[in-house]
Amino acid sequence: MRAALLVLLTGLGPAGAAELRPPPGAAACAGCHAAGAAMGAIAGRPEDETAAALAAYRTGERPASVMTRIAKGFSDEESRAIATYWAQVRE
Amino acid sequence: MTHPTRRRLLAAGAALAFSRPALAQAKPKVVVIGGGFGGASAARDLHRGGIDVTLVEASPTYVSCPFSNEVIAGLQPMQAQRFGYEGLARAGIRVVHARAESIDADGRRVSLADGASLPYDRLVLSPGVDLRFDAIPGYDSGAAEVMPHAWKAGAQTELLARQLEAMPDGGTVVMAVPANPYRCPPGPYERASLIAHVLKTRKPGAKLIVLDAKDTFSKQKLFESAWRALYPDQLEYVPLAQGGAVTGVDPASMTVRTDFSEYKADVACIIPPQRAGAIAAIAGVADRSGWCPIDPVTFESRLVPGIHVIGDAAIAGAMPKSAFSANAQAHICAGAVIDLLAGRPPGTPKLINTCYSLVAPGYGISVAGVYHSAGEVLADVEGAGGTSPLDAPASLREQEALYAADWYRTITRQVFG
Ligand SMILES: Cc1cc2nc3c(=O)[nH]c(=O)nc-3n(C[C@H](O)[C@H](O)[C@H](O)COP(=O)(O)OP(=O)(O)OC[C@H]3O[C@@H](n4cnc5c(N)ncnc54)[C@H](O)[C@@H]3O)c2cc1C
Ligand code: HEC
Repeated sequence: MRAALLVLLTGLGPAGAAELRPPPGAAACAGCHAAGAAMGAIAGRPEDETAAALAAYRTGERPASVMTRIAKGFSDEESRAIATYWAQVRE
Repeated sequence: MTHPTRRRLLAAGAALAFSRPALAQAKPKVVVIGGGFGGASAARDLHRGGIDVTLVEASPTYVSCPFSNEVIAGLQPMQAQRFGYEGLARAGIRVVHARAESIDADGRRVSLADGASLPYDRLVLSPGVDLRFDAIPGYDSGAAEVMPHAWKAGAQTELLARQLEAMPDGGTVVMAVPANPYRCPPGPYERASLIAHVLKTRKPGAKLIVLDAKDTFSKQKLFESAWRALYPDQLEYVPLAQGGAVTGVDPASMTVRTDFSEYKADVACIIPPQRAGAIAAIAGVADRSGWCPIDPVTFESRLVPGIHVIGDAAIAGAMPKSAFSANAQAHICAGAVIDLLAGRPPGTPKLINTCYSLVAPGYGISVAGVYHSAGEVLADVEGAGGTSPLDAPASLREQEALYAADWYRTITRQVFG
C-alpha cells in the first residue's frame, strides 16, 4: 500500500514540493521547518521518524512548545501521509 | 511552378498562426496581484507548477509588518523589514511593478496604472488591507502623519518609533485598537507590550493607555498576566465595556475622545478599522463588509468566478488575518488553481496558523490553530491548536521568543529569498 503510494507520488515528476501533491496539512509545515531553520528541516526527513514524532506530539508523550497543539489537528492516517510526502521532497 | 510552393508556405504560415493559441493553452496564464506574504508565495508555487505567472506589485520594495513592533521599540533595525523582489525574479517569475487599476472579469484582463493590460486564465488577489480613513471622526490620512497607525509597515513605523524616542519622561502614549476583524489580531497587544517595555526601561514616569473597541482579544489571558507581572505601572487597558471605543480624534490638540473621556496624548497610535485592499472592491469580489467571501477549498471568490482571494483580504472563517495564514492559504490556493486549470478536482485542504507575539525581549507567546473546510467555511479542527500555557517557566517563554525570530527568518527567506 505504501509502496504503491510512493510510485504514485514519484510518478508525477521529479521530486520537488510543487510536483508532488502535498496531502492535507503538509504545505503549512514548511512555514517553520525549512532548511536552516532552528525548528529543523522537514524535507527529506525519514518517513518513520516524522510519523513517530507526530504521534508522540499528538499524545503529549513528547513535550513541545507548539508541536503538541499542531499535531492534535491530524489523525494517524493524515500524519502518515504528511510524513510520506516530506520524506520525498528535496529542498 | 512557384505557385504550389508559395501555397505550401502560406499553409505552413497558417498552421503556425493557429498553433499559437494552442501553445498558449498549453501554458495557462495566471496573474497574481500583490507581492506580500500571500501573493509572492502563490506566485512561486504557480511558477513551480508550470503556470505562466505574472506578479503585479505596486511597490519596488516590500516592508514586512511582522516584527515591525520590534522596530518601534528599538529592538530590530528597520532594514530587517525590507525585502526586494530580486529573489522572485531569480526564480524565473515575471514581476511587474505597477498598480493594478481595474479588472475586466468577463474579458479576463487586468489593467495597470502604466497603461499595460494583462490577460489571465485565473487571477489571484492578495492585496492585503486598506485602512479606513472614514471610520473614526477626525482620523484621515493627514491625521495619520501626526497620530501614526503604523499598521502598514514603512514610513509610519519609523514615525511612531521616532515619536516614542522623542517623548519626554512622564509622557502619555494613547493607543486605539479596532473591533474585529482586522489585520493581525494579537498585533496591537504585542505593540502595547513592547511600548510599555520602552516606557519602563527608558521613560521614567511615562504611561500607556490602550483604548480597545472590544472586550476580548487574542491570547488575552497570556497578555494580561504578563502585563500584571511586567508593566503594572506603565500599561492601563480600557476595554469596550469601560468606555474603550474611540469616537473621535483631534490631531491639532493631540486629543483622543471616547464616549466617557478625553485623553491628552504626547504620542498617539491610532489603529483604524480596515477593509480589503481597494482592488478587491474594484474587482467586485468584496461584499458589503468590505472583505471577500471565498470558497474554503479553492479560495475562489463567491462573487466573481475566475478570481481567487487569499490573505488579509479574504473572509477565511476561523483563520486569523496573519502572514502565516496568508502564506498557508497561498499554497492551498495555488495548488487548487493548478488543479482547476488542468481539469482535476482540487483536494480537500487542511491549514495551519501560528502567531507568535513578544511581550518583552526574550518573552514570547503563541497561538496556533489547525483548520479544515467544513461545508461553506474554514473551521477550527476541534481539539487542536490553542495558546501557550498560562503557567510556564521563563525558559519556555524564552524558547518561544527564539522560535518567533526563527519563524520570521524562515518565512521571509522562503517568500522573498
Ligand atoms: C504590527 C503588525 C505585526 C504583525 N505581526 C505578524 C506576525 O508576527 N505574524 C504574522 O503571521 N502576521 C503578522 N502581521 C500580519 C501580516 O502583516 C499580514 O497578515 C500579512 O502581511 C498579510 O499578507 P497579504 O499577502 O494578505 O497582504 P500584504 O502582505 O499586505 O501584501 C499586499 C501587497 O499587495 C500590494 N498591492 C495592494 N493593492 C495592489 C494593487 N492594486 N496593485 C499592485 N499591488 C497591490 C501591496 O503593495 C502589498 O505589497 C502583523 C501585522 C502588523 C500590522
Ligand atoms: C509554528 C511553527 C511550526 C509548524 C507550522 C510546524 N512545526 Fe514542527 N516543530 C516546531 C517546533 C518549534 C518544534 C520543536 C518542538 C516544539 O517546541 O514544539 C517542531 C518539531 C517538529 C518535529 C521534531 C523535529 C526533531 O528534530 O525531532 C517534527 C518531525 C515536526 N516538527 C514536524 C512537523 C510537521 C510534519 C508539520 C506540519 C504538519 C509541522 N511540524 C509544523 C514548529 C512548527
